[in-house]
Amino acid sequence: MENQDIRKELIVSAIENGTVIDHIPAGVVFRVMRILNLEAAKTQVTVGFNLESRKYGKKGIIKVSNKFFENKEINKIALVAPTATLIVIKDYKVTEKRQVALPDEIFGLVKCVNPNCITNHQQVPTRFSVINKEDLKLQCYYCEKITAKNNIDII
Amino acid sequence: MKNRSLVSITDYTKEEYIRILDLAEEFEKQPTQKILEDFVVATLFFEPSTRTRLSFESAASRLGAKVIGFSDASNSSVSKGESLKDTILTVSNYSDIIVMRHPREGSARFASEVSGVPIINAGDGGNQHPTQCLLDLYSIRKTQGKLDGLNVAFVGDLKYGRTVHSNVMAMCNFDTTFHLVSPIELKLPSYVKMHIKNSNLQYHQYTDLSEVMKVADIIYMTRIQKERFSDPIEYEKVKNAYILTANMLEGCKENMRVLHPLPRVNEITEDVDSTPQAYYFQQALNGVYVRQALLATILGVK
Ligand SMILES: [Zn+2]
Repeated sequence: MENQDIRKELIVSAIENGTVIDHIPAGVVFRVMRILNLEAAKTQVTVGFNLESRKYGKKGIIKVSNKFFENKEINKIALVAPTATLIVIKDYKVTEKRQVALPDEIFGLVKCVNPNCITNHQQVPTRFSVINKEDLKLQCYYCEKITAKNNIDII
Repeated sequence: MKNRSLVSITDYTKEEYIRILDLAEEFEKQPTQKILEDFVVATLFFEPSTRTRLSFESAASRLGAKVIGFSDASNSSVSKGESLKDTILTVSNYSDIIVMRHPREGSARFASEVSGVPIINAGDGGNQHPTQCLLDLYSIRKTQGKLDGLNVAFVGDLKYGRTVHSNVMAMCNFDTTFHLVSPIELKLPSYVKMHIKNSNLQYHQYTDLSEVMKVADIIYMTRIQKERFSDPIEYEKVKNAYILTANMLEGCKENMRVLHPLPRVNEITEDVDSTPQAYYFQQALNGVYVRQALLATILGVK
């Protein structure tokens, strides 16, 4: 089923080489683009919104030509799009397909929820350890307070 | 431990706590030892805390070190808008170790990353105050002769009191039974209780202070602040329930000791001061020995 799905979409706007990020929850496509800095991309980027997905209802999809992400880079999107699937395409063929996974540490990207944290007052880039991946909880390396899923504010 | 910053109580292992406590005991026997004459200790107090600063400066002076620094950010370059990073970089040129207190949480960890010399955190907002924790461990060991097998009661604001959180975490390294006495609104946070469970230790929760009086080896009192209550009526209801008076001590273990991080307001009445159980003033004095031990260890002379 899944594979048929992919093939269908690849037919619509197939890419020869590159990365497809599928099953992005509706509403966070722009945030994913911002996290991956795709607004500044030089290669061709195709974005789809509100596509029907049997599994997830409405979903988004991003296709980036001639770009292969490092795990460290792509895993950051798990913060906002935990259901996202990463599909690597080489010569029109799917060579890798996997779920994104949260890294153990997150540098920058997220604001510390603690208003009295040093990172919110001086030029200190944020840094967190991911202490719970299922029920997303990030512990600030500096103030040691926990930023939970519902408080996550992407910088 | 030489040249290593002390930011959080969890930076040290159980063996390292013991090493500091043993060394502090040496300094208690012989407080004046001119072993740091070649060293400069900087005390940077971005917010005033006279008690802690004097304790550190006394510790440094007894070891013969020179002390530089400021006691209040308002009369330093910080008030002109200098960043913490710049202040730390500058001062680390002039000193061998920096003791700092700062109102922002995480400031000491950040300073330890940019500083060329080790940092001792003397309090970063509501986050950590590891030297207080070590002096409490010292006081517990000194009065009980051991750290294992004790019944330790924490009383008052267990929710917001960072001292309580650090002490519970540290005592989880030993075979401790915790007795947690607080109003319902100010119970110990679940992540700290989880830490107790994960250490295979037990805790009991109470709202009535008299219930722990017979079983406790240590009663650690803390202050309940009015501003912690969203409803002032709730505060009025509980404020007198967590005050320790001399006649409440009847029936307590002979060797039980009352600790308090000071300053107290009214949570221990003055009639307790003259009982054998009162230990909070000696506890503060122990801070000097523990800080001597830390300075000497981190500077690598002991
Ligand atoms: Zn923080």
